[in-house]
Amino acid sequence: MDITSLSALELGSRIKAGDITSMDAVRAQFEKIKEREDRYSCYITLTQEQALRRAEQVQRRIEAGELRNQPLAGVPMALKDNICTRGVLTSCASKILEGFKPPYDAAVTERLEAAGAVMLGKLNMDEFAMGSTTETSCYGPVKNPWDTGRVPGGSSGGAAAAAAAEETWYAIGSDTGGSIRQPSSFCGVTGMKPTYGAVSRYGLIAYASSLDQIGPIARNVSDCAAVMEIIAGWDKRDSTSVRLDDYKFTDALVDDVKGLRIGIPRSYLGEGLDPEVKEAVIGAAKALEAKGAAVEYFDMGMVDYAIPAYYVIASAEASSNLSRFDGVKYGYRTPDFEDLQEMYKKTRDDGFGMEVKRRMLIGAFVLSSGYYDAYYIKALQVKALIKKGFDEAFEKYDIIIGPTAPTTAPRLGENLSDPLKMYLGDIYTVSVNLAGLPGISVPCGTDSSGLPIGVQMIGQTFSEKTLLRAAYAFEKTMPGMRPPQLDGAAVKGGEQA
Amino acid sequence: MSYEYETVIGLEVHCELSTRTKIFCGCSTEFGGAPNTHVCPVCAGMPGTLPVLNRKVVEYALAACLALNCDITQHCKFDRKNYFYPDLPKAYQISQLYLPIGRNGHVDIECEGYEKSIGIHEIHMEEDAGKLIHDKWEDCTVIDYNRCGVPLIEIVSEPDMSSADEVIAYLEKLRRTLQYLGVSDCRMQEGSIRADINLSVRRRGEEKLGTRTEMKNMNSFKAITRAIQAETDRQIEVLEDGKRVTQETRRWDDSKCASYAMRSKEDAQDYRYFPDPDLPPVFISDDWIARVKALEPEFREDKCRRYVSEYGISEQDALVLTDSVRMADIFEETAKICKDPKEAANWLMVEAMRIVKARETDPSQMNFSPRHLAELIALVDAGTINRAAAREIFEKIFDEDIEPESYAQEHGMKIESDSAGLEKVIGEVITANPKSVEDYRAGKKKAVGFLVGQTMKAMNGRADPGTVNKMIVKMLDEER
Repeated sequence: MDITSLSALELGSRIKAGDITSMDAVRAQFEKIKEREDRYSCYITLTQEQALRRAEQVQRRIEAGELRNQPLAGVPMALKDNICTRGVLTSCASKILEGFKPPYDAAVTERLEAAGAVMLGKLNMDEFAMGSTTETSCYGPVKNPWDTGRVPGGSSGGAAAAAAAEETWYAIGSDTGGSIRQPSSFCGVTGMKPTYGAVSRYGLIAYASSLDQIGPIARNVSDCAAVMEIIAGWDKRDSTSVRLDDYKFTDALVDDVKGLRIGIPRSYLGEGLDPEVKEAVIGAAKALEAKGAAVEYFDMGMVDYAIPAYYVIASAEASSNLSRFDGVKYGYRTPDFEDLQEMYKKTRDDGFGMEVKRRMLIGAFVLSSGYYDAYYIKALQVKALIKKGFDEAFEKYDIIIGPTAPTTAPRLGENLSDPLKMYLGDIYTVSVNLAGLPGISVPCGTDSSGLPIGVQMIGQTFSEKTLLRAAYAFEKTMPGMRPPQLDGAAVKGGEQA
Repeated sequence: MSYEYETVIGLEVHCELSTRTKIFCGCSTEFGGAPNTHVCPVCAGMPGTLPVLNRKVVEYALAACLALNCDITQHCKFDRKNYFYPDLPKAYQISQLYLPIGRNGHVDIECEGYEKSIGIHEIHMEEDAGKLIHDKWEDCTVIDYNRCGVPLIEIVSEPDMSSADEVIAYLEKLRRTLQYLGVSDCRMQEGSIRADINLSVRRRGEEKLGTRTEMKNMNSFKAITRAIQAETDRQIEVLEDGKRVTQETRRWDDSKCASYAMRSKEDAQDYRYFPDPDLPPVFISDDWIARVKALEPEFREDKCRRYVSEYGISEQDALVLTDSVRMADIFEETAKICKDPKEAANWLMVEAMRIVKARETDPSQMNFSPRHLAELIALVDAGTINRAAAREIFEKIFDEDIEPESYAQEHGMKIESDSAGLEKVIGEVITANPKSVEDYRAGKKKAVGFLVGQTMKAMNGRADPGTVNKMIVKMLDEER
């Protein structure tokens, strides 16, 4: 039995049972990583020695009877490279943060540590989480484990690909406009974006502060729920953090959706949606209906305005958030300058990639005097209307179901040349961030090219447990999904299990 | 032909709030620490860190707003002011533009012979920036982030002032109000209060305001007075030459008593203000307002009136004693302990003020125990020490807060209470100075002074000159 194929919870219980040690898991995982990293490039930094030392420490604690209530103690995992890790490079996949080793941990890093997690390394991503393909990384693109000619999605592409390629048991990503859900969909794994405020953002290097949220990516719903129990929690260091009534997410893992009211917005199934994706998503709804849920189609407005509103708000915040990377204090500084202005200009010109510069320019423009009301304020009004639309829908439905992305994973380079096309790919995910809602993407099949499709379930704020229950019940109706070429030549063009 | 002009002045005053910790993190706000010792990842704006509002800052700002008669914005918000400068580690300052905590206030000032109300446009909270230090030896610039995140309020007045006198009266009033509230030290030398001056001139009788300039970098009230005069003259000269005043920011150089243009309106920066998404709106409840209002201290006007009626001191003296709340506190405490308010007032107004001047400090910096002054007054009253010794001891109290009694003991400053011993010394002085005795007897009463001096010298100052005088006269008269 190859332990790297186990789920995180399975591995956790076997470590607890004494069948496997945390060190065994770390060693086995690094063997696979060595074998597969050349193909997929999921990681920016690998921390093998640190992981082994940490595993030994956790193993001792487990053997001493500690960490009893931590089902994932000793289980290795990895963090997206925009989550701060003390003493370990945290680069946001950007040249401008080259050599930046934060002297502090993010809140989630601390919570994971307290739960006995063992970090394998830091995951590749789109530069500063800006992108939907993980091609804007200054460390080069991540390849989709289902087809290395395709992108893994983004911006948490390294996280989703690593989970799919069994290069980690689970990963922590961040989602500002779909950056957990969309790559999860493209890579055939499960990813959850929690309600805004459920997970502390302290130590997450901000892209768009009002939309960013940290969440889990794993190979099944149960693992996501278990990780949520670790990372969610109120934090006094994040003023936008919210205290939840109930953190027992794994209690929601019940195969029962009887009476669950599901709404499907007609506009989510309209123009631009790949027919195969549409079919799979409708199939998912039918599967839940068959288990006793009530499914209804309904009209939801403002869908067309979500993308422009999102890019205005996210870019505005990004232009401000990323101004601190100026070569003065840390990271990259141009070696060649005469005065302060030139140092700023050259540092930022060399340090940032195209997509980041584009969004900072958009952001600076929409905030500039004379345009602020027309763009930024207007976008905030759209945001409020989108939230209102969801609120009305959630009076009638417990969850909303739709596609995570309009297509399956595009080919490498396909979107990079056409940013507008890439932006449109976020159509089903960005409104969830604008409204601060929780969303989850669960695999619901493959298309004719054998590429995974994800179904997105959206809930009212703080209804994570309802979402997890629906996702769990749906998952039970699906066969397991694993990239066919994972073991090299062993599987060739064969059908998946 | 030159016209008669009037000056129109509005002020932007920044005051550091004297909270123990910074506005968005737990770092100390203490002045004068070694560079970058009061810094953490949050105030250094490190990636991923987030601000958490210090509620004390809101409370202090609220107290200032209430004392300055502002309407309170009960749902106020923080905005980001974006600009690049190495002293600003996040490249934005967290401030308030759209919903400042206070608006529409006013301050009543008193000038020579008239009273006036100065409108306050708004008061907002914000964070201070760091400090750039240009190292001439290394030919580089280094940064001290200790000031980063120290809480400030900016008090923006209406253009209601028309002379340097009014400006100084307004600033003095602000300073006293904030010091009385205990929300700011308002020490100009440490930069805890800074004023920028918006000034324009217009022909007398003209309705329309002239084009204004903004003047920065005045480090004292005197510099402010000079800058106002110079800028008024400069603008009038421009207009008299038939030219127009340019709307610009100017920097005052007090050593040259002149200013120069920093930037004009055209190249004014666009700060791209927007609400800070990291900070939820601040709700200031009626209850909170009531609680802060209830904590308001007795302000100067009321104190003055009470001093006159309660302690029977003159209004003029009461004004001096209440100029700073520190002085007033020391006075009241001293008077309470020694039960001699007039003597307490005298010591503070004469001796304390003399030392304040000599040390080039200000009364709000006085830092000695009222108990020690009260004890000193009691020692003089009991005749244990003489006035000259008391003044010397007071200086020690002022500087080092010493215990007066033990200090007098250790330094042999107590008056010799053994009158037999004193008589013996006087006898010796009389014997040694027959010329003076002769003079005295010849009617030159002044000669006693010399004998008193000789006696004091022989006693090493440990005698009361008045007592010595009486004893000498008595002895000389008796010998006759």
